[in-house]
Amino acid sequence: MSIASTSVIQIIPRSRRGVELMLLIVAIGVSVGAYVNIGLTVQNRVPASTGYYAAGIGLLALIAHLALRYRAPYADPVLLPCAVLLNGLGVAMIHRIDLGLAATRIAKGQAPKAAAAPQQITWTAVGVILFLLVILLIRDHRRLQALTYTAGLAGLVLLVLPLVPGLGVDLNGARIWIRLAGMSFQPGEFAKLCLVVFFAGYLVLKRDVLTLAGHRFLGLDLPRARDLGPIGIAWAVSLGVLVFEKDLGSSLLFFGLFLFLLYVATERAGWLIIGGLLFAGGAFFASQTFGHVQRRVDGWLDPFAEDRGQVATGLMGQAWGGILGRGLGQGRPDLTLYGQSDFIISSFGEELGLTGVIAIILVYTLIIERGLRTALGCRDVFGKLIATGLAMSFALQVFVIIGGVTGLIPLTGLVTPFMALGGTSLVANWAIVALLLRISDQARRPQTPAAPVSDETIAMAVQKA
Amino acid sequence: MNSAIRRLAVGAIILMLALMANSTYLQAFRSTELNGRNDNTRVRDQQFSVDRGPILIGNTPIVDSKETNDQYKYQRTYSNGPLYAPVTGFYSFQFGRGGIELNQNSELNGSDPSLAFRRVVDVITNRRQKGASVTLTLNAAAQQAAYSALGSKKGAVVALDPKTGKVLALVSKPSYDPNLLASHDLGKASDAWKSLNASDDKPMLNRGIKELYPPGSTFKLVTAAAALASGKYKPDTPVNSPAELPLPQTTVPLVNENGSNCGGSNNATLTVALRLSCNTAFGTIGLDLKADALREQAEKFGFGERQLPELGAVASQFPGDPNEPQTAQSAIGQFDVRATPLQMAMVAAGIANKGEVMKPYLVQNIRTSDLKTVSETKPESLHQAVDSDVAAQLTAMMVDVVNNGTGKPGRIDGVQVAGKTGTAQTAKDRPPYAWFTAFAPADNPQVAVAVMIEDAGVKRDEIAGGTLAAPVAKKVMEAVLGR
Repeated sequence: MSIASTSVIQIIPRSRRGVELMLLIVAIGVSVGAYVNIGLTVQNRVPASTGYYAAGIGLLALIAHLALRYRAPYADPVLLPCAVLLNGLGVAMIHRIDLGLAATRIAKGQAPKAAAAPQQITWTAVGVILFLLVILLIRDHRRLQALTYTAGLAGLVLLVLPLVPGLGVDLNGARIWIRLAGMSFQPGEFAKLCLVVFFAGYLVLKRDVLTLAGHRFLGLDLPRARDLGPIGIAWAVSLGVLVFEKDLGSSLLFFGLFLFLLYVATERAGWLIIGGLLFAGGAFFASQTFGHVQRRVDGWLDPFAEDRGQVATGLMGQAWGGILGRGLGQGRPDLTLYGQSDFIISSFGEELGLTGVIAIILVYTLIIERGLRTALGCRDVFGKLIATGLAMSFALQVFVIIGGVTGLIPLTGLVTPFMALGGTSLVANWAIVALLLRISDQARRPQTPAAPVSDETIAMAVQKA
Repeated sequence: MNSAIRRLAVGAIILMLALMANSTYLQAFRSTELNGRNDNTRVRDQQFSVDRGPILIGNTPIVDSKETNDQYKYQRTYSNGPLYAPVTGFYSFQFGRGGIELNQNSELNGSDPSLAFRRVVDVITNRRQKGASVTLTLNAAAQQAAYSALGSKKGAVVALDPKTGKVLALVSKPSYDPNLLASHDLGKASDAWKSLNASDDKPMLNRGIKELYPPGSTFKLVTAAAALASGKYKPDTPVNSPAELPLPQTTVPLVNENGSNCGGSNNATLTVALRLSCNTAFGTIGLDLKADALREQAEKFGFGERQLPELGAVASQFPGDPNEPQTAQSAIGQFDVRATPLQMAMVAAGIANKGEVMKPYLVQNIRTSDLKTVSETKPESLHQAVDSDVAAQLTAMMVDVVNNGTGKPGRIDGVQVAGKTGTAQTAKDRPPYAWFTAFAPADNPQVAVAVMIEDAGVKRDEIAGGTLAAPVAKKVMEAVLGR
């Protein structure tokens, strides 16, 4: 009967690479359009660098797309276009602020500084190379599980690196940079990736004991005291980052990631509550004890008080944009402090308005939710945890930095993924997206169907019974 | 595990929604407040870069915006800057705006709601926003005449069209050059600002409307108006006018300027008393009418109200509760009577306009860059200060002042001028203020003027309203009448 035959839903796995290509063309088109628009508004001509820019963003995106077709055909089709769009728009805005800063310096009779946008395109290329390496070299994410403790150690070393005398440098009040052979790196960006791998691998091993042992208290399943070890260590490490590197954002990120993965692995809300309380306690203690934390809180409560102007210029820029924005090239994002890096979202708010900001947040939301969807679809626990960790790392970063810039929470300084000026972060984010795509390929790939069972076999089975 | 991941997904969406809600609050609801902040350089930069509309007299721009190659795109230029500075004000990056530049800012920069349609057209036709033009009521010849006639004297001149209230001239000296403050070389602008503010001459002070001075004998016009309006006095009514008028409650008498009685009579008529500006006669009238009647009359001429508030003008004042000797002093424009030159011009204009005081105004009209009129100022009556009979009597008396009395230096060949002089003593160590207020022609008034000279740099006994101020007023009236 026809009804009976349709009641079995046949899932036909589709690679969706064509969709990805269409979306990529849109993303590249929007980015190049923004770049040309900026040139036309600010300089009254199509910028000479359009070719370089379009080739940079476009070719890199297409190469990444081809790599996926070749080695991960079932990967999620939305992630790559989202990353390309954010990266492309970010470079366009960095270029726009380059022009604004140069104009101001020329007006003052000074020579303009080196442009930052070409540098960012170069870093994009490095990022895409890393993307290719991840896609091509890691054929199965489960192999990473063997690296659990190596990744953990690497993560810790990377995290501590900026504290090494002679290697680490203080920049804008935080010690999260190292300088090597004339180049600056932010090792924390890669530590994030390593720690997610470590957390995931560790939790795969320990989840049973963490889940099963415990007692109920006030309706919550609380873990045993000795199982609190890992959370205690994570708490101490994150506090250490906060105190010694003066990097509030990263400490929130590391601790938050650990908590989320612990929650997913054990499905016990008790962990979240204990962790949340620990974090709140640590944050309160820090805000009372450490000057730099105190200043951030004061600056959040009253951004316009004297000497706290960092958030103020960004807020005024965004307000100036209003609902529809000044138009690309028609605002003054060059007046915003760190308008190319930490406050790039304010720059978009100024020129693209509330509409633009919401669109950008929605693109991030897409990345996050697509990442979590990958986690849902993934068939192995390790993959689930990694995908969750990577997706939630985007969520935390975006929330902490945009929330800080727009005055929702105290400014704690994390990077706006893919958009903000800065090589390390861009490269690390490309690696993260590559890993997510790799897992999603696994998750969406059709399973090798089990050998069909013949009617004879069934008949035999019935007879035996 | 999946249910935990799903919950995290919901949590992540909540975080993102919080970001969107906060951005909405910031960009849709808080933007007006943030854009209005004084330390918001981008708003100032943008406004400073706008093609600001010109300020015109007739069809001639006295303030214009010229395209530049620097970051602010347009340079505000003031032709004849010091001449018009008390009206136009200035437009500076660091120090804000003054005068019409301040008061008509939203029209000049094109952001006014009345120009919304124009802005939409500009966007559609892809033209850069251009501000509206503001046409002033000033008469260029009168303004120039007043400025030249004042020369290096410290003082102010205000001329009005008595029939409409149009301000024909508003000069304050010493003046300053707004071009210095509008300079895009912000360091130079800042230096200019500092030195202008440090100067003892106070060149940025608008003496015509923002400062109060004792009006001296010009105030006798108000006292005379009150006397005639009371019905107790006619122009030929004899008034007690001895050389010294003993004042109740005090041993200090009121004396006439020359130390004698009023032209040889202790009972001069009101007309003679005004002609010779006898203090004792008007002191007597003040004591007779009492302070309230004088104040009421003064208020009908505009005392106690701010005129031209758009330029930051102050209200002239008659003392609140003077005792008898103070009332007698007030009746001759001394004690605590304080007036702006504008106010005294309004007194003359009110008498000239059959007793009806018109509301002074400076902006004739506002037009878009393609010359469509956005608004046009209509003359408005302020008060009927005296009835037309009293106005006629006062006019006749003022004509007599110019023809036969202290106002002789204000005479113009072939035109009948009506006027009143004043010399107001203040402290012993500073020179008296020399005043002259007048209108012409007496039978069909085209212009009313008040001249106040704060410091002419001459010897004390040479200061008198007739000799110092009247010639200035005469030049201004001649300019308006085209002579």
